[in-house]
Amino acid sequence: MGKRVENLKVIDNKHLTEDFCVLELRSELGLPALLPGQFVQVKVEGSPETFLRRPVSVHDVDYSENKLSLLIQVLGKGTETLYKLDKGDCLNLLYPLGNSFSDPLQGESVLLVGGGTGIAPLLYLGKYLKNKGLRPVFLLGFRNLSRVILTEEFNSLGDVYITTEDGSVGEKGYVTDHSVLSKIIFNRIYCCGPDAMMHAVAGFCKNKNINCEVSLENLMACGFGICLCCIAETTRGNLCTCTDGPVFNTKDLKW
Amino acid sequence: MVNLSVNIGELRFKNPVLTASGTCGYGPELEDFFDVSSLGGIVVKGTTLEPREGNQYPRMAETPSGMLNAVGLQNKGIEYFEKHIYPVIAKYNTHVIINVNGNTIDDYVALSERINKLDKIPAIELNISCPNVKRGGMIFGTNPDSARDVIRAVRAVYKKKLIIKLSPNVTNIVDFARIAEEEGADSVSLVNTLLGMAVDINRMKPSLSTVTGGLSGPAIKPVALRMVWQVSRAVKIPVIGMGGIMTASDAIEFFLAGATAVQIGTATFINPMAPVRILEGIEKYLADKHFSDISEIIGFLNRN
Repeated sequence: MGKRVENLKVIDNKHLTEDFCVLELRSELGLPALLPGQFVQVKVEGSPETFLRRPVSVHDVDYSENKLSLLIQVLGKGTETLYKLDKGDCLNLLYPLGNSFSDPLQGESVLLVGGGTGIAPLLYLGKYLKNKGLRPVFLLGFRNLSRVILTEEFNSLGDVYITTEDGSVGEKGYVTDHSVLSKIIFNRIYCCGPDAMMHAVAGFCKNKNINCEVSLENLMACGFGICLCCIAETTRGNLCTCTDGPVFNTKDLKW
Repeated sequence: MVNLSVNIGELRFKNPVLTASGTCGYGPELEDFFDVSSLGGIVVKGTTLEPREGNQYPRMAETPSGMLNAVGLQNKGIEYFEKHIYPVIAKYNTHVIINVNGNTIDDYVALSERINKLDKIPAIELNISCPNVKRGGMIFGTNPDSARDVIRAVRAVYKKKLIIKLSPNVTNIVDFARIAEEEGADSVSLVNTLLGMAVDINRMKPSLSTVTGGLSGPAIKPVALRMVWQVSRAVKIPVIGMGGIMTASDAIEFFLAGATAVQIGTATFINPMAPVRILEGIEKYLADKHFSDISEIIGFLNRN
């Protein structure tokens, strides 16, 4: 599968909150095959402080319109510029990058756990699983009501359970505290979110002997395996998050 | 047609654009983007006798117009290279150069001797300038006596083209280039990264696990260019220039200042096609200025 560098056109930039937006991009060349869990490297123009590309998860794909969506949270100069992009602007992408979440086995019940911007790849993964005839269950953690986003989109794919740290929506606490984990027996959990959350979910899965895959967000320069900066410590040594990941089975990680 | 070929001794490079070690993997990583054989050469990942895991994460930090890295020579060792990488890249129709590293002079010598036996490797780049390892690396490249000892020892066993990669983290880089020339090196390449650091003010900790790391990118270009200019005036062996080259005009500055060839490094992280775009730009510049040979601009500043 060939990686490419391409200018995509911004066809919409949906501002969800003051610091979250969904950028919709169109490929004039036609989108390459994109797998759930893969990511793109975005070039942010206009400042010496955004020298390197920014890795962003594939949030949604619509092949019929050659449309790729990215969920952006404003965290610094680069994401601030992305938040301000307008219809008609261009965005230079290096993509598709990384591996993907692995397919569940026949009959497995799967849970998709996300926190904050980490929910980004789970929408596309949920769609992918639904197309395969599964009914994915989502467990999404947010800080508070003002941070709860995209629940309708997830609702259209499967059951959605929510936690907030202050209890303003769903159950109060962290995702690992949610009652659904004791009510339903899951065979496989896919997780993407803050490090502490992924560690907690990995710990839960280890205790319950549940297959668990996490998507890591390590700092990287290149995104295609030449800088060797984004390494994850695994049972097979230091591996690049960008090429051997970003999705890792937690049993392979030295966590 | 413009002649882009350059020579290091009798070793001819079809053009003067090479990839820098540590920024091109072993070559196959770039094949999705362009034909690696179209370049003058590729300098593959820093290699050691034994496999190395490198430094702990985090290993990089973005800085204005640049980046710090502290990879620490992660590589699978020469045996893996010989068995698995060499058969693949030996097929390239360009020069593959190995960047050679060690903790001790004996390491450098043993590795160089071993690479000397690989038919398709016409040159090594002796890395005496890696700032990210506790032993070896820059320790050799920042002390004139140690530099001389390691170059002399390797020269005694390595029969092909020997390029010495110099550290900018010295008082006078010219001294080290002269030592390389006196000890029989065929070329010097400069500069390796500049020692730097960054602090994460939210975590109130150094950004890198190693505290310090190597700065690369356009931020260091003026320094690199100055050093290439100084060195190329002081030694007769060809100088390979690098340090923050992002565009063809950056590369042309290095040629005018005295570089016989250039290496493209950090630019490739951002645009994997950068080496080949830069090559195209150099050719266009020469054609537009009605030069027929790259040699007409090499060291142009130093001619009067």
